[in-house]
Amino acid sequence: MTQRATLVSAMNAMTNIGTDTQTIVAADAPKMKTESLSIYYSAFRAVADVTLPVRDRQITAIIGPSGCGKSTLLRALNRMNDLVAGSHIQGKVTLDGEDIYAPNMDVVDIRRRIGMVFQRPNPFPKTIYDNVAFGPRLYGRIPKTELDEIVESSLRRAALWDEVKDKLKQSGLALSGGQQQRLCIARAVAAEPEVILMDEPCSALDPVATLKIEELMQELKKDYAIVIVTHNMQQAARVSDYTAMMMMRSDRAGEMIELDQTQKIFTRPGDKRTEDYVSGRFG
Amino acid sequence: MTKGVEMREQNITMTIGRGVVVARPDSRDALRKRPRVGERVIQSLLFACGFISIFTTLGIVFVLGEESFLFFGSEEVSIIEFVTGTVWQPAVGEFGILPLLLSTLITSIVAMLVAIPVGLSAAIFLSEYASPKARSILKPVLELLAGVPTVVYGYFALTFMTPLLRSVFGQDTIEVYNMASAGLVMGIMIVPLVASMSEDALTAVPRSMREAAFGLGATKLETSVSVVVPAAVSGIMAAVIVGISRAIGETMIVALAAGAGPNFTFNPFKAAETMTGHIARISGGDLSYNSIDYNSIFAIGITLFLMTLGLNIISRYFVNRFREVYQ
Ligand SMILES: Nc1ncnc2c1ncn2[C@@H]1O[C@H](COP(=O)(O)OP(=O)(O)O)[C@@H](O)[C@H]1O
Ligand SMILES: [Mg+2]
Repeated sequence: MTQRATLVSAMNAMTNIGTDTQTIVAADAPKMKTESLSIYYSAFRAVADVTLPVRDRQITAIIGPSGCGKSTLLRALNRMNDLVAGSHIQGKVTLDGEDIYAPNMDVVDIRRRIGMVFQRPNPFPKTIYDNVAFGPRLYGRIPKTELDEIVESSLRRAALWDEVKDKLKQSGLALSGGQQQRLCIARAVAAEPEVILMDEPCSALDPVATLKIEELMQELKKDYAIVIVTHNMQQAARVSDYTAMMMMRSDRAGEMIELDQTQKIFTRPGDKRTEDYVSGRFG
Repeated sequence: MTKGVEMREQNITMTIGRGVVVARPDSRDALRKRPRVGERVIQSLLFACGFISIFTTLGIVFVLGEESFLFFGSEEVSIIEFVTGTVWQPAVGEFGILPLLLSTLITSIVAMLVAIPVGLSAAIFLSEYASPKARSILKPVLELLAGVPTVVYGYFALTFMTPLLRSVFGQDTIEVYNMASAGLVMGIMIVPLVASMSEDALTAVPRSMREAAFGLGATKLETSVSVVVPAAVSGIMAAVIVGISRAIGETMIVALAAGAGPNFTFNPFKAAETMTGHIARISGGDLSYNSIDYNSIFAIGITLFLMTLGLNIISRYFVNRFREVYQ
């Protein structure tokens, strides 16, 4: 009891000291981490030697030109790449220090803990309610009232509840593109993940819908570690705390050339190529 | 004056012809309508083909209608007796369709009890589980199965399925000719149809649906059963209904294995002739043209026709009703 109180006050004290200290504390124990991660499609090395910590309650953006392996890297974080025949990795990906590619790890369990939002909104051809309830229902029979609560709170978290509360029994496909994407976020949130991966979640959306999703991400970041792939520089600058810059090497393998606080990447990048890219000179 | 100039210009363009069009692609001539002869020929040919199939259908309906009109017009039968009578014995003037109809329904139900689960499981296996290599072997085998002549299936029922059933359930319970054996083999015959149509429907479900489910931590089975199959439900329903039509219309297997004589019974282990089986047997014998027996075949025929027509309408309804719009 007292111990806990001390801890809380210590944490408060830290918060007061300033952002830098906080960063250091967080850096000590990243939520996820890739260590010298290389990802292969059969013989082709798509991503080479990436060491990327993903901090809890922070947004990490992955940027870089098209085809440099951003999606590949992201999909390695929840083992979605396992679905591609012939894909394999070298190196390590950890979640809370545990190697998620270790032979004793259950891939289904990993994907429950690391949710994903895709480039194109992909709600199931089911009702809005059933879309959100999909994850919880996988984990066992849940009483109706409890499920109702999960659905409502998830839709609220995805800032969609007010728009759909009267039509939960309608098909998720009847929503607009932006609403569909928020439905997909609600669906991911309902599964109670610890990390949320987003692969260009706004690239199929109009600016207003994009803004909504970006605001939503700021809310979600209070509870989750978020990794977002984006080709939109402004978006990375607006929403993320850390930015990883990827580039394609001459052998077409993608490498991470820089990782830093977003603010630094966009104001004082350490690499000339990053500077060129973020200022829109190529890519 | 200006008009004259315009006309002259047009003339020049026309005489010079295509050269001008190529040289000045931005001119109005580039957009001018040109006759395309090949296009018209193909179009007429396609129209003719479509017309032939429609005409054939109409012809069939006409013949069926005319002959059954004669049948129902004669004073020996009434429509009421036809649809409610449980005895079909043309020799004594009994024309109740129910024994034939019931036998058709029982054999078809037995067939679908085999074809739906086996066909759908095969489809799920092929589209969700099979490696490309396994699929490349299994699909041709399945198609081969669909190409076996039905008379072969008929003898398979008679010489393999019936003895098998009789050895399992006993000689006393199962007659030599019985609806169960014919129905089971008919089911096996329909499996490839249901499997291949359902597989088409399953593979048409976008990959993003599966990824969404896997991303939420669904297993392969959960993904198949609760996402992919529901998303393909319209195609699967269509497959099932085409399968049922096929079962109702199938003749050779039931003619050989189900029994040769109308019999009003709900017991699938007994012999009973189906509508198609009856038509095949009666028209094989020497029927005098224009006799009431002869006309009765057409009454059965039009009943079959109406049943398949009804199924087709239901199938269309399902396809439209459950078609999901993916963007
Ligand atoms: N399923 C796949 N099979 C084989 N190669 C792939 C596959 N997916 C992506 N690649 C290749 O991997 C490289 C990186 O692709 P991707 O990760 O999609 O890049 P990005 O998301 O940065 O545009 C590309 O060269 C691409 O062709
Ligand atoms: Mg990508």
